[in-house]
Amino acid sequence: MRAALFVPCYVDQLWPRAGLSAVRVLEAHGVEVAFPEEQTCCGQPMANAGLASAAEPLARRFLEVFGGFDAVVCPSGSCTSMVRNHYDPFLAGAPGFEKLKAHTYELCEFLVDVLGVRAAKGRFPHRVALHQSCHGLRELGLGIPSESMHPRTNKVSALVGSIEGIELVPLARADECCGFGGTFAVAEEAVSALMGRDRLADHARAGAEIVTGTDVSCLMHLEGLARREGRKLRFMHVAEVLAEAAA
Amino acid sequence: MSSMPRVSGGHPAAAARFVADEPRTHWHDQALWVVREKRDRAASGIPDWEALRDVAAAIRAHARGRLPDLLEEFERNATARGAKVHWAADAAEHNAIVHRILSERGVTRLVKSKSMLTEECGLNPYLEARGIEVVDTDLGERIVQLRHEPPSHIILPAIHLKREEIGELFHGKLGTPEGLADPKALTEAARGHLRERFLAAQAGLTGVNFAVAETGGVVVCTNEGNADMGTSLPPIHVACMGVEKIVPRLEHLAVLLRLLARSATGQPVTTYTSHFHGPMAGGELHVVIVDNGRSRLLADPGLRGALACIRCGACLNTCPVYRRSGGYSYGWVVPGPIGSVLAPARDPAAHATLPFASTLCGSCDAVCPVKVPLHDTLLRERRTLAAAGLVPLGKRVGLRLLAALLAHRALYEVAGRLLRFALRHFPRFLLYGPWNVWGRRRELPAPPAESFRDTWRRTRGRHG
Repeated sequence: MRAALFVPCYVDQLWPRAGLSAVRVLEAHGVEVAFPEEQTCCGQPMANAGLASAAEPLARRFLEVFGGFDAVVCPSGSCTSMVRNHYDPFLAGAPGFEKLKAHTYELCEFLVDVLGVRAAKGRFPHRVALHQSCHGLRELGLGIPSESMHPRTNKVSALVGSIEGIELVPLARADECCGFGGTFAVAEEAVSALMGRDRLADHARAGAEIVTGTDVSCLMHLEGLARREGRKLRFMHVAEVLAEAAA
Repeated sequence: MSSMPRVSGGHPAAAARFVADEPRTHWHDQALWVVREKRDRAASGIPDWEALRDVAAAIRAHARGRLPDLLEEFERNATARGAKVHWAADAAEHNAIVHRILSERGVTRLVKSKSMLTEECGLNPYLEARGIEVVDTDLGERIVQLRHEPPSHIILPAIHLKREEIGELFHGKLGTPEGLADPKALTEAARGHLRERFLAAQAGLTGVNFAVAETGGVVVCTNEGNADMGTSLPPIHVACMGVEKIVPRLEHLAVLLRLLARSATGQPVTTYTSHFHGPMAGGELHVVIVDNGRSRLLADPGLRGALACIRCGACLNTCPVYRRSGGYSYGWVVPGPIGSVLAPARDPAAHATLPFASTLCGSCDAVCPVKVPLHDTLLRERRTLAAAGLVPLGKRVGLRLLAALLAHRALYEVAGRLLRFALRHFPRFLLYGPWNVWGRRRELPAPPAESFRDTWRRTRGRHG
């Protein structure tokens, strides 16, 4: 199976190990990974600021770059959701758009739903807290959020929790937002920072050594707050956890 | 408009002031989180909760689509039961109608039960300026009224106050002993104080949770029985409702009532759910039906979903931003996610920061019992604000420049290299100047020398 990897701009530049780990995980499952180099950004920062005309060219570019692939895999729930749930105003009716929407996957989703992975390989003997990034959880449906009365399932925690030796620690608030929120992190920095610090306190109380999640954006925000507070937590993208376990 | 103060600097500035008192912010957050947890427990007790939400959303959409017919049907049936129905196009007309009803009957003492609509219309100051004493009889409402404040939450009006502050207020206003902070004793004191007002009142005013077209009845849900006292003692009952409160039949009401209290406070049902079908013997029932911008919402396909709202407050309780910024930071009578949708729909320029007072986490969508598309509507309003030039200039220009850069791979790569170089090698005083808002309370990321694509090229060759 061949898949194109979409590495969001901030992952590419600021947290490349998430992308590199995603390549290792995918290849370990027999996926032939392509990295179309013309890719840049999905346009979410502009779209979420309401700047539709600035986001549209980036959406078109995304379709041009990735439209030819049968599967696009992305180590970010938020950017995947941008393509699947928020490109319609820009691309509705464009040739290849419906296929792109249907075949763009967040990494864990791709592993579980497309490759049928039920148990992750390797061993990772650590106490890990899973931060449920909102867009993956509530927009992509990677899991059933705590508000919903549907039976609780969660693809990410099932996958990560299947690693031998890992202990997923229970949080007091299982899926509260970390406060990153894109430009919210700057426009409402006071609330944003407090939300993040509250999440960190929850993770620390639960006895986590490592905080993992599907989105580097949330992790980068939490990591920046933890470093400022002098907390000893480590932050790893789920791809890093999966890759390190299998190594 | 009510006495809600406009906030300079919009939500971010007001929220920053709220958050500055961190222990109090955590107390506020936890108080509301407890309500959210109660809601979760109550909802989990209904096997078909999610199906019920679907049905409720369909009922609200249906009622919205037939609004004029249903309102006329309601008027016919309510009139047949002896009620008098009044129509108000806006807040001013609503206030004038209520005032006329009261003044024509010589009413100078009015008791009110909770009504967010009258807050929206600024009824209290309007009547007070015309010599009518207005006493809010919901305990939380009375507390904020005695403090000359608007409610900070649509169902928990005094949630921003600690019991000690209420004790202090009652000591000053009701003569309770100094330092009394026991909730039971304070409630008892308020009860005594309100009892006198109930007995002296010449008319009672209530909000309306639902109006049933089929029966011509109005339904008021309270926990304190104050609406019932206020409408049983004085002979005149004025019930004020927005046009969207209509439901077609009693069977639809049943669905919405199952959802309302569970979503609001986690109770299976409010303590009192009172159905008013016509006036009491020898009395009068006036129903004032208010538009005040609602038909404008109805006409806009992108906004009309917000008319489904049944004002349960669940989206406020679950919103991590509301819990940490307080009701007043929104600068409008309805705060939280639903307020952030409704206020800018009314006046985009005055409420331009509200659609951005959200991380778009989607929790509000997931708790809403009638499935108001809050998240989508907030995004839509962001687009409207941007198109009207109401997004801050710096953000607009910055993001447009960024978009231009991201449209060219080579430019993007150069910019990325510069950014990583700066983050790795610039001295701290250069990186963490006052312009670095991110870095005020957070460290900047510490990237490696190579980007993902650098490593990919180095290890896989250009076309790996």
